[in-house]
Amino acid sequence: METVVFLISAAVILSGALGVIFSKNPVHSALFMVQTLFGVAVLFVLLEATFLAAIQVIVYAGAIVILFVFVITLLGVDRAEDLKVEPISGQRPLAVVIGASIFGIILTVLILAVGGPTGEQAANNPLGNATDNTRILGEALFSTQVFSVELTALLLTVAVVGAVVLSTRPTKPLISSLDEKQNETVEEEGGE
Amino acid sequence: MMIVALDPLLSSDIGFSVVAVMLLKVVLAFALLMVSVMLVIWFERKIVADMHNRVGPSLAGPWGILQTLADGIKLFFKEDLLPERADRVVFRLAPYLSLVPAFLSFAIVPIGGDFTNGGDGTVSIFGHRTLLQVADPPVGILLFLALSSIAVYGVMLAGWSSGSKYPLLGSVRASAQMISYEAALGLSMATVFLSSGTLSTSGIVSGQATWNWNLLATGVIPFVIFVIAGTAELNRPPFDLVEAEQELVGGFHTEYSSIRFALFFLAEFMNMITMSAIAVTLFLGGPNGPILVKQIAWVWPILWFFLKVMAFLFTFVWLRATLPRLRYDQLMDLGWKVLIPASLGWFLLIASLNIGKDRGWSTFLVVPIGLVILSLAALLLNGAIKKAKDSSLHAADLSEISEGTDQ
Repeated sequence: METVVFLISAAVILSGALGVIFSKNPVHSALFMVQTLFGVAVLFVLLEATFLAAIQVIVYAGAIVILFVFVITLLGVDRAEDLKVEPISGQRPLAVVIGASIFGIILTVLILAVGGPTGEQAANNPLGNATDNTRILGEALFSTQVFSVELTALLLTVAVVGAVVLSTRPTKPLISSLDEKQNETVEEEGGE
Repeated sequence: MMIVALDPLLSSDIGFSVVAVMLLKVVLAFALLMVSVMLVIWFERKIVADMHNRVGPSLAGPWGILQTLADGIKLFFKEDLLPERADRVVFRLAPYLSLVPAFLSFAIVPIGGDFTNGGDGTVSIFGHRTLLQVADPPVGILLFLALSSIAVYGVMLAGWSSGSKYPLLGSVRASAQMISYEAALGLSMATVFLSSGTLSTSGIVSGQATWNWNLLATGVIPFVIFVIAGTAELNRPPFDLVEAEQELVGGFHTEYSSIRFALFFLAEFMNMITMSAIAVTLFLGGPNGPILVKQIAWVWPILWFFLKVMAFLFTFVWLRATLPRLRYDQLMDLGWKVLIPASLGWFLLIASLNIGKDRGWSTFLVVPIGLVILSLAALLLNGAIKKAKDSSLHAADLSEISEGTDQ
């Protein structure tokens, strides 16, 4: 039973991943990515990590890829691209070499590592009782891992503040022909 | 597959009868949902007609009750058009991406069962104890959130794949709106998780068995936020900018006709029923209520559930008949500057209340202090929003001046 589910979801994941690379239309690529994420969610369910499965769908499929599709359709870059054009010469062969070597490294680690790639139990075993999943995860995050959780939160806050700063319009007019004096009086009236 | 695998009732000793009961529940839920969609569409048209002082559907069947069926048959036999510039595969896929989540999310709603006096809400069907809900996965209500985030794809891809500008505008609006309000929806649900201590729907319902409904336990505000955000998530008036007829012809489904259009329509009303049912489950005690006649005890929970859902459905129709549509900037302001901060603040208040209970602090002290801090935060936020508005107006003034001197 488990093997069957694994094989089906593996096929779904891999075909989705190949679809992301080979489809010419960016929106189709995004949809194939959703397919891959769904397959991964099924694998999480198989590992009895039900909370992670739900979060995988809510966060990745429901928020991140939706934003991808949103930006793609809003900016109007949703036309099929001509894949024959190579923006940087030598990019393709280099990409093949790098991709193959990363794949090789991962494969070597997976094969050579004793007791799982990270040595952690949770990496290749169920986390625990499926009904208690959320509780176990929550306790781990807010007791032993609290420092990294807070750091991640800080990182996200910095990212949000950065995005806001980047997107604000300059308050000073950028046109140099404007009279310096007028500029100053307007600013004084408006306040900071 | 996922739902069946998650059902704890199926995880051990799976016999034929267990599978049969499961199948029965699936078929019953499907039929129930289809029939109630049919009736809800009729209900909505009738109520809106009454509020507009019209007659409404009156010819098909008694009181026009078969009108939806007639419309459905008509749509079924209409020509199915595929726009020339449409993305064929995605255009065909989109209605199902809308419909399937709408069907699946109803699976986690308990529609009956006695939870009072330590009852676990199970009923016995052919000698099998089973919950009156199709699935009771441990992540429960998160499944609803996941499915509702998948439903966004249906609306969005329908608009994009039509290859036409009005549907595209509709779908861009839809995705922005649904993503924005999903955050407020999730945060208002999170307060319920805090007060119930579980994610499973049957657990949440059994936690509200003795009139201690989450409506009061979470302090009403999350409920209000949930209903507003839920209405926006459903794209129902006054948040129906997605299909604003005056601006966008028909919104995301402009290019759809025949049975594909019917699927969108079906999904929309199904979502309305499911959202009402989820609201009842989370805040109004689900099927809990007084059992008045002991002889037919099993009927009462179903009846209470039905009445509560009907109240919500009526409210949704009522909102449609009375409220004008919001402007787009008002919609975004309400979502990001009011609902999300309010639900986040209330979540913190409930969390500190829980910590207070743990530490043995007085509730009468924790609540006022929390409220004072929250109102301070609200004032700060208000000030920041006002400042941002002022400075953007100021910037606009400056650019006008600079344009003036340029000329």
